[in-house]
Amino acid sequence: MSQKPFLLAAEGLSKSFDGFKAINDLNFYLDEGELRTVIGPNGAGKTTFLDLITGRTQPDEGSLMWDDGKHDLLRLNEYEIYRHGIGRKFQTPTVYNDHTVTENLILSLAGSRSIWHSLFGKITSTQRDRIAEILTTIKLAEHANRKAGALAHGQKQWLEIGMLLAQEARLLLVDEPAAGMTDEETYRTGELLLSLAGKHTIVVIEHDMTFVRQISQGRKVTVLHQGHVLCEGPVDRVQSDERVIEVYLGRKSKAA
Amino acid sequence: MTAQPITGRIQLPLLIVASVFLVGVMPLLNAYGLIEDFTLNLWGKYLCYGIMAISIDLLWGYTGLLCLGQALFFTLGGYMMGMHLMLMIGKLGQYKSNLPDFMVFLGHSKIPAFWQPFYSFPFALAMVFLVPALLAYVFGYLAFRSRIKGVYFSILTQALTYGAALLFFRNDLLMGGNNGFTDFRTLLGMDLRVASTQRILYICTALLMVSVVAGCKWLTHSRFGLIQRAIRDSENRVLFSGYATANFKLFIFVVSAMIAAFAGALYVPQVGIINPSEMTTEKSLEAVVWVALGGRGTLVGPVVGAISVNALKSWATRAYPDLWVLILGGSFVLVVMFMPKGIVGLPAQILTILSKISRKQQSIDSPPSISEPETIDP
Ligand SMILES: Nc1ncnc2c1ncn2[C@@H]1O[C@H](COP(=O)(O)OP(=O)(O)OP(=O)(O)O)[C@@H](O)[C@H]1O
Ligand SMILES: [Mg+2]
Repeated sequence: MSQKPFLLAAEGLSKSFDGFKAINDLNFYLDEGELRTVIGPNGAGKTTFLDLITGRTQPDEGSLMWDDGKHDLLRLNEYEIYRHGIGRKFQTPTVYNDHTVTENLILSLAGSRSIWHSLFGKITSTQRDRIAEILTTIKLAEHANRKAGALAHGQKQWLEIGMLLAQEARLLLVDEPAAGMTDEETYRTGELLLSLAGKHTIVVIEHDMTFVRQISQGRKVTVLHQGHVLCEGPVDRVQSDERVIEVYLGRKSKAA
Repeated sequence: MTAQPITGRIQLPLLIVASVFLVGVMPLLNAYGLIEDFTLNLWGKYLCYGIMAISIDLLWGYTGLLCLGQALFFTLGGYMMGMHLMLMIGKLGQYKSNLPDFMVFLGHSKIPAFWQPFYSFPFALAMVFLVPALLAYVFGYLAFRSRIKGVYFSILTQALTYGAALLFFRNDLLMGGNNGFTDFRTLLGMDLRVASTQRILYICTALLMVSVVAGCKWLTHSRFGLIQRAIRDSENRVLFSGYATANFKLFIFVVSAMIAAFAGALYVPQVGIINPSEMTTEKSLEAVVWVALGGRGTLVGPVVGAISVNALKSWATRAYPDLWVLILGGSFVLVVMFMPKGIVGLPAQILTILSKISRKQQSIDSPPSISEPETIDP
């Protein structure tokens, strides 16, 4: 076999909501270790695509294979998919507001998810170190004992990324990580994602083209439009593509 | 925020003092005649209710599952104990038969097979746990697997309770019909109608309550407790963190059913009667009110709520027999509106208000707090 196996392969995916095709015959292939950016106008179906991968929504048609076709994700539920190493940061930051930052990370730590372990499992010193390390990475060390609900929007985004790190996910699905962040924070988020590239496979959904340029660095960018892949390629080529300018960037550049 | 540490620090000593008082001092005072037998018996009943209230809060306050079926589990536990007590009456009943009176009345001449093993106290005790646990397991399995949530879950538990009550009202279930079980004589050879036996039962109840509070403290402070509250606040997130939330909910549902059932089993010999009117949804709702009044999401709150509402009830039903429903309803509305954390949340609430007032007086120079930006959701 000369061809590299795909970590994730989506073929012919379709999903309608009340007759509206949010995902329409989508084909998407991801290699292990890739950092892929997905862009597309509002309502293009980006979030819905992540919903399909993570088992939140079932497609009407198509297939979703994981790890070189070894597992059919469509047969698994949310937590089984998670246990295959697929972690997700939601578009709206979704953390446990009533728990402290540390507790949020504890709940996300890789390891057994059994009731028994939740009752009697102790947190090892390695895990404690790991949490401390993550807290530094996501710059929340001083806020370790604050309730997550009291954090600023950008900090919540970072905490949720930290939860993905704690999980040691193989594939990180990151939906609009820079939304609601300052330019400085956005840049730092980009650096963080870049530092993770290679160790993890990452899919980043983003609108902000500066951010996309920062993290893609010549890597493949996928443009989604009306639930279908419009084109794929390095950011420069994508940005100069006629169809893309028409549906997405034209409108964006006017706004910017 | 500032009020938390102070109220937190006095919590444990307060709990210990209250436990010692309930378990040791009250029965001692009773033994020396300083507390009437009637009063101690009443407190035994309140504590049983308090334990049931904790079991409701474990589900409602901690996991976000408003279960209207806890009275059913409580009563089932009581019935299992009641079956043993009925058999222990022996030939002392009205009909001087080995059979419980209601069976003779229904024309039976033999103890039904499913009653036989209840001659054994250990068996009855095992059934106190197993029967409610099994029912909770089967019901919970079906409900949680089908992802029934929120108000639908509450309605289903209500329907289950209603159905069970209808069943127990029937004579042909051989569980005493609408009269239920009563006229108990002995438990483990002790006469139930003497004060010393009732005192022992009271002590058992107080001990059970203390251990339930301690056990639940441990449980809710473990990682399991974190998951419980995470399910309450954002179940989807928990699923996407790899936890099979249905199993966690099922576990706590079964544990709560067993706690309620144990309380019911201690309730019956102290009150001396058990019948299907105890398993109605109104009873479950009443218990939910205790939790809300005492302080939802705490372990002491439900007990405080159960004791104060029932104490209020026994006073008001005597002093104002026509008005007591209004009094109870009125205080419920007041607490819900002005005391969101219930009675046990009151000290912290007052301290917060006080510190707010003093802060307002002293600082004009501090900058206004910056509000969080709105979350962006498509
Ligand atoms: N559960 C749902 N029920 C009905 N319609 C839905 C549902 N989820 C998504 N949609 C619709 O599907 C379309 C695609 O939505 P999606 O959230 O995937 O877009 P997106 O590309 O993530 O957009 P954005 O950039 O605004 O986040 C939208 O028109 C949306 O209204
Ligand atoms: Mg989206």
